[in-house]
Amino acid sequence: MLLIYCPHCQENREEEEFSYGGEAHIVRPLAPEALNDKDWGDYLFFRTNSRGIHHEMWYHAVGCRRYFNATRNTVTYEILETYKTGTQPTITGANS
Amino acid sequence: MKKYSAFSLLKNALSYHENWQKVWRSPSPQKDYDVIVVGGGGHGLATAYYLAKVHGITNIAVIEKGYLGGGNTARNTTIIRSNYLWDEAAQLYDLSLKLWEGLSQELNYNVMFSQRGVLNLGHNLQDMRDIERRVNANRLNGIDGEVVSPERIKEIAPLINISRDSRYPILGASWQPRGGTARHDAVAWGYARGADALGVDLIQQTEVTGIRRKEGAVVGVETSNGFIGARKVACVTAGNSGVLAAMAGLRLPVESRPLQALVSEPVKPCLDTVVMSNAVHGYISQSDKGDLVIGAGVDSYNGYGQRGSFNVVEHTIQAICELFPAFSRVRMNRQWGGVVDTCPDACPIISKTSVQGLYFNCGWGTGGFKATPGSGYVFADTVANDRPHPLAAAFTVDRFNTGALIDEHGAAGVAH
Repeated sequence: MLLIYCPHCQENREEEEFSYGGEAHIVRPLAPEALNDKDWGDYLFFRTNSRGIHHEMWYHAVGCRRYFNATRNTVTYEILETYKTGTQPTITGANS
Repeated sequence: MKKYSAFSLLKNALSYHENWQKVWRSPSPQKDYDVIVVGGGGHGLATAYYLAKVHGITNIAVIEKGYLGGGNTARNTTIIRSNYLWDEAAQLYDLSLKLWEGLSQELNYNVMFSQRGVLNLGHNLQDMRDIERRVNANRLNGIDGEVVSPERIKEIAPLINISRDSRYPILGASWQPRGGTARHDAVAWGYARGADALGVDLIQQTEVTGIRRKEGAVVGVETSNGFIGARKVACVTAGNSGVLAAMAGLRLPVESRPLQALVSEPVKPCLDTVVMSNAVHGYISQSDKGDLVIGAGVDSYNGYGQRGSFNVVEHTIQAICELFPAFSRVRMNRQWGGVVDTCPDACPIISKTSVQGLYFNCGWGTGGFKATPGSGYVFADTVANDRPHPLAAAFTVDRFNTGALIDEHGAAGVAH
């Protein structure tokens, strides 16, 4: 069971209060209609799937109902930091 | 390879079973191979076996970082079925089921394939509509299946609770009599023994750490025991596919997550079929030694730890106790997790890549075990001929760019 620190609520809360939002820092193309199939497919489906340091979105579904980002180690599951959407992580790995 | 038979059993009994031939060799790697298969699980070993058997390519190494069949092959609930909705998936899984039916004879190794039937339960009107549609699609593809009533379900699995006032009442099910279970370890061991006898080098305790390329083509792999050359490299590494892809500078549309299962203490025979429910996220069968084998869902978040979240197991146990109230008193013995590579459309990727001579067979997600023979068969053909096998043509990685996805979430869901 993960204990996740919500940067909005500023509290450690149990994993079940949150839902996972997938890889963070994927920028939606500003002009999707201008993209070719390859770039659009890459944006929609292809992921780094990091083994180790991973930046990901979480949604505090039964709390403040806001998204934030976390830097988590996907092998040890240790959450190294959580930070608000729009800000950058302070910890980065080889693939992230 | 010495053949296993009643006669060989008798002969070895005379020497107190101390002189059985080793099941496979433990060779040191050669400098160079025609094909290197990365990953010594069921799918990788099956790939090597069919490359040698069907395509006559015997200068092959299977490179495994741990021991053979020690990953997801040893960490699943061994359910086998082929009742998938879409033509492409149904035909691929049914090829596999047909190979299962002759596998013990083919490999001269008892894989304990037991066609005890598979029930997929429906709990609401939409479930039943989906089940009827899927069974009809299956029958058009020549795959056995029927829609059965709650009363028939009760005949097949008498301990099940079909009362209408349960939290998730059972309204019916699809029933595939040809489905069933097999002995997971035996599948890996049987393919390993068969491949070894055909000259394949099975190299264990050797981790691939890099994929060496030259002018856009594969020339070999870096390993923890040095460089090994190869003209073709076939990656069959399930949860670690993304890691292997990154070594070649590629990305894949897969995300790795732990999938959990658990077994109970052994109890007397009480369930002689497989019962699955997508809606309540639980599936259960009873192994030959008596333990109830229960499968849970995948974690909601990415992870490479071979364990899973407690709340996922809790959710599954709730569902199992709801379906089988009698099992609420059974104690659980062991729980484990395997890292599965989930694809956005719940279908595998069997594909060439943009690197010449590099192939991937991944993305099987939560349901790869049932496909072991078929996956190896079509992937071997793909690697040997450098073009997709006709049944694998729809499963290339390009489908995520063209948009031709094969959405099997309905038939695959979480429950396998």
